[in-house]
Amino acid sequence: MANITKAPAGFEGPGFFATKIDSVVGLARKNSIWPLPFATSCCGIEFMATMASHYDLGRFGSERLSFSPRQADLLMVMGTIAKKMGPVLRQVYEQMAEPRWVLSVGACASSGGIFDTYSVLQGIDRIIPVDVYVPGCPPRPEQILDGIIKIQELVASESIRRRDSAEYKELLASYGMQ
Amino acid sequence: MFKPVLLSVPADYLPMGIMFLIAVGFVLLVMVITHLLGPKRKSQIKTDTFECGIEAKGNSRIPFSIKYFLIAILFVLFDVEVIFMYPWAVNFRDMGLTGFIEMLLFLAMFLVGFFYIVRKGALKWE
Repeated sequence: MANITKAPAGFEGPGFFATKIDSVVGLARKNSIWPLPFATSCCGIEFMATMASHYDLGRFGSERLSFSPRQADLLMVMGTIAKKMGPVLRQVYEQMAEPRWVLSVGACASSGGIFDTYSVLQGIDRIIPVDVYVPGCPPRPEQILDGIIKIQELVASESIRRRDSAEYKELLASYGMQ
Repeated sequence: MFKPVLLSVPADYLPMGIMFLIAVGFVLLVMVITHLLGPKRKSQIKTDTFECGIEAKGNSRIPFSIKYFLIAILFVLFDVEVIFMYPWAVNFRDMGLTGFIEMLLFLAMFLVGFFYIVRKGALKWE
């Protein structure tokens, strides 16, 4: 039988197993991330390949895309974000339910890429907090998968109190969010 | 003397009641726990209508022409008729001439309806 996932570290005895709720929640969240694809250009095409059978994001429990931010856990920003698109991206991020993570895919989303011009946002981290950056122009599906795995590591190790912490509120406040 | 044997008494259904309580209790418990454990954040922007990140304008509950409804309902009606034709098409050879005639009768009935709506002007858009 395939080893789908390992049990978290805990105290085991005859007929019982005790562990931290953090690890259980982290394990459950990690393997059921619903991404919201925010694809604006060629990185989006690479994402389509990532979702298709060859690379199959479903292996990581993320085959269910959510096109509504209400149900999404992970905002995947793939492609050039023009300054006109900035407020839209911000609105989508703010309308996501907690806990939420952001994956910035490709050079354009991460830094503006080759579009060092007046009309392009020089990295989405200027308007929303980003958890993981995937380099590449565009990145190969393997790189996007690597980014997802990095997100999974973050999700698994996150304390369930983090979203209520002063540090996190400060982070959001620095972006002008409540 | 004959003594009737009760095959079941109301108390026999107690396990079902317990099962039902457990089922409802589990749902309630999980919902309470998720609401207690899950982080949440409420703000004006968060609770706004989701319009793909674009500012929502106006109300979606506005009156519009009844013609859309009529066309949609008629479409569903004739769409279902086509669905009935699929199993017939699969068994076309087996059913032979009888099936063919029955299908013609079925279609004829539908054509009566079709002529009726055409004569009534239900499909007239302008």
